[in-house]
Amino acid sequence: MEYMLFICTDSTAPTTEPTVRTIEEWVAETTDGGTRRHGDRLRPANDATTVKQRGGRLSVTAGPFAETTEWIAGYDVIECGDLDEAIEIASRHPMAQLGQIEIRPMWPIE
Amino acid sequence: MADRVADAVARASAEETARIISTVIRMTGDFALAEDCAQDAFVRALSDWRKSGIPDNPGAWLTTVAKRRAIDLLRHAGAEDRALRRVAVEADEPVEVDPDIDRDIDDRLRLIFTCCHPALPMDARVALTLRTVAGLTPAQIARAFLVTEPAMDKRLVRARAKIKHAGIPYRVPPPHLMPERRDGVLAVLYLLFTEGYSATGGAVLIRVPLLREALRLTRLLVELMPDDDEVRALLALMLLHHARTAARTDAVGDIVTLEEQDRSLWDRDAITEALTILRSLVPRAGRYELQARIAACHLEAPDAASTNFARIAELYDALAVIDPSPVVELNRAVAVAMSQGLEVGLRLIDALVTSRGMDDYYLLPATRADLLRRMGRRTEAATEYETALQVAPSEAEKRYLGKRLAETRR
Repeated sequence: MEYMLFICTDSTAPTTEPTVRTIEEWVAETTDGGTRRHGDRLRPANDATTVKQRGGRLSVTAGPFAETTEWIAGYDVIECGDLDEAIEIASRHPMAQLGQIEIRPMWPIE
Repeated sequence: MADRVADAVARASAEETARIISTVIRMTGDFALAEDCAQDAFVRALSDWRKSGIPDNPGAWLTTVAKRRAIDLLRHAGAEDRALRRVAVEADEPVEVDPDIDRDIDDRLRLIFTCCHPALPMDARVALTLRTVAGLTPAQIARAFLVTEPAMDKRLVRARAKIKHAGIPYRVPPPHLMPERRDGVLAVLYLLFTEGYSATGGAVLIRVPLLREALRLTRLLVELMPDDDEVRALLALMLLHHARTAARTDAVGDIVTLEEQDRSLWDRDAITEALTILRSLVPRAGRYELQARIAACHLEAPDAASTNFARIAELYDALAVIDPSPVVELNRAVAVAMSQGLEVGLRLIDALVTSRGMDDYYLLPATRADLLRRMGRRTEAATEYETALQVAPSEAEKRYLGKRLAETRR
């Protein structure tokens, strides 16, 4: 199955705890193992732009579509057998410690 | 005759649903399909058994019908030939009970662990376990949880959809995940039990089935995982609570505290079974083991005055390490009050009051009131009973607190 990992911030997470591995190490591990398809960091919410078409008029607003204290800092697309494997892979990402990770199954358009 | 058939179907639903569903999932890998097929089999049983009698082995009959239904549905959906052939071969096996006991055990364990997967919301885990493992109907589950049947249907549909779409595996967790997942299953079973056990007044009749199902499912889990001490400890804990059922309320449904209960009403068989389990456990300070040992201290005492509260305080100390919560702290304070002196206990409770935001937690003022009453500080006790009365959650609790309040004012 294919899953998207949303790598998110979490203001309640401890910031001083040393992580077991770096993001680079996690990327290397998962890419070499053939699990990680692609992924990247994202620029912070400050650099986001939201676009809407309403009644033929284009609306462009600064910032993300939802005002939240947390934001998506990056993403990874992984391929693995089931949700337990996806949970295990996500749990090894340093941002699971410093932030939080949302796992969403892909829903391919037939 | 008609009633005999309905009874047989209801009994088969309680006893065979887990087996039927887990068998069809093993064949098809499809959770939702398996449930639908089991449901269809029960519907057919109602009409067929009226015409041609109740079969000798209802479980085998239902499993075969469910398997054949699965094939029909897969054919209809245009499933791949190979998958279909595999299923079809299995369905044509003789209808005798599966001689392979190990496979049967594994199938039902898989089903339990899938229903209690942590990626499902707690209310869905509970509903799904009652539906697919215990074989309750959505209407029965809806009644027990005081929601409408369509709402419960929706909850079940969503849960099955998530199992399928999110790729929740249908399996017994591997050893490195087992402790955590096992605890997840036990939490569901204990929640079922406490939902049934804490029911009072008019809710009792509606919610008692939860208690029965919790005990039945826990016994099943003990049978499936005989070497797991925490599972057996949970059964002991449930039995020790359950043993007091007849003594917990009086003739008009008012609460009778543990201290004042008529101990001759306690269920001795249940207590003996629980104590036998506890004696066989290797002490590991497990969450349910500690709670069961605490309950055992209360139930082993011939009367309330001879309860070993010092031992209870020790056990709460250990419980606070693995499961730190205000409730545990409060209970620990009571045990300390009863063993080391009321003043000492009261000071612990006062520290709790100032250190935590427990404003709506009625047991805090209620417990404080109780200690003050024992110390003869009646005016202060009355004030605390009044506070507790304002936030008490149920009518039975309000009546109990009201009675105490009247006593302190006398």
